[in-house]
Amino acid sequence: MVEFGGFDMPLQYTTIREEHIAVRTRCGLFDLSHMGEVRFSGDEALDVVQRLVTNDVARLEAGGALYGVMCNEKGGIVDDVVVYREANGYMVVINAACRPKDVAWMGEHSAECEFEDIGDSVALLAVQGPRAVGLVSTLCPDDVASLRPFHCRDSTVAGVPASVSRTGYTGEDGFELYVAAADAPGLWDSLLEAGRPEGLIPCGLGARDTLRLEAGLRLYGQDMDDHTDPYSCALGWTVKLQKGEFIGKPALLELDPAHPPHRFVGIELQGRAIARHGQQVVADGKEAGVVTSGTFSFTLDHSIATASLDGAVPADAELSVDIRGTAAAATVVPLPFYRRPKGA
Amino acid sequence: MADLSNYRFTASHEWVRVEGSNATVGISDHAQAQLGDVIFLELPAVGTEVKAGAKFGAIESVKAASDLYSPVGGTVAEVNAALTERPELVNSDPYGEGWMLRLESATDDGGDLLDEASYTKLVGA
Repeated sequence: MVEFGGFDMPLQYTTIREEHIAVRTRCGLFDLSHMGEVRFSGDEALDVVQRLVTNDVARLEAGGALYGVMCNEKGGIVDDVVVYREANGYMVVINAACRPKDVAWMGEHSAECEFEDIGDSVALLAVQGPRAVGLVSTLCPDDVASLRPFHCRDSTVAGVPASVSRTGYTGEDGFELYVAAADAPGLWDSLLEAGRPEGLIPCGLGARDTLRLEAGLRLYGQDMDDHTDPYSCALGWTVKLQKGEFIGKPALLELDPAHPPHRFVGIELQGRAIARHGQQVVADGKEAGVVTSGTFSFTLDHSIATASLDGAVPADAELSVDIRGTAAAATVVPLPFYRRPKGA
Repeated sequence: MADLSNYRFTASHEWVRVEGSNATVGISDHAQAQLGDVIFLELPAVGTEVKAGAKFGAIESVKAASDLYSPVGGTVAEVNAALTERPELVNSDPYGEGWMLRLESATDDGGDLLDEASYTKLVGA
């Protein structure tokens, strides 16, 4: 067990490798109740959320969700979030470790609408993997298998009222289930029981990290922080400058999206040594940046990492990572490292 | 449970089994469990002199990288080549197939080594 964002979280239930492979080939169950949730409601909720996040929330229809970032006035990322359109407003999912900071920040900028931190009453379980949709469908009276990615509907799962969302953080198909905190332990048991014939196993934070990194997904606090602009961590696609005013826009307008201060890249390493957060990247013999996240890819059977390079480093530079004094050759590769097979 | 009566342990979780002037070195079951899936080992070349209590290599799991310290001194006579392709042997059989080094001319001058009972007490197992 490890402390994470004020929660005691299991790093692994069995082994990281076993849990990782279960999600890639069968399905895994995650307890993500540490994630924070806040709710904006009332007539002005759209305007408030539009000012807080860089992505265009106005294009969300009922039941729609989107990924985006919240910036500060300097264009640095306060947090990365998922925004859900609800009947009377928006639910925004935030990182556990950012919760106090986010709630203060959002509270400051939401005077025009109702704003509530609902994190303590909402629990989140995720079922991820090629068999996840089939499994959850058998426990659900509604047709959730036809939900499109980044869409959500209210239903019940194993008799428990749940918001069923076609989202995840693993690179696999699956659902995230938002339920009342009191219902979560029972739902956990029901899912494990029903999923056993499908090979469902519980998965901890360790596999969550190896899975998300293979899928090329960012982790706040490692890949970005309050001083990182969205372009410098390859999240420019979440910035919609045309949508109107939002916090950080004037600062972001000063940047060239094609040539930001830092370049966020995926790298593959020769060999099995793991490049870790904070280790130095060297280009043509010179200091060129840092590793933001790194792990061993169980799917690809070699080490992978993401790195933040100085914007001036040429695209064809010879890269290496200083892994505890040894230079490990690194090759820039497109993100994500892993994409699930079509139709799976 | 493996018979560990011939094994001695360091407080940094390595083990040594001394047979005459030869010694075999690995890490404890407790250590492999704490590390989780072992991915990579950095081990010295044959012929390297290692000193008791000094770093001889490193071990990496998904969770962490840790230095390895030799329980005894000696000359590296053999490195477990199987670990290059199958580092997970350290997890599955830490006292057998997961061995790391065989040392010659081993000098067991480490008065700090623990027997199984003392080591078990140390890790609170």
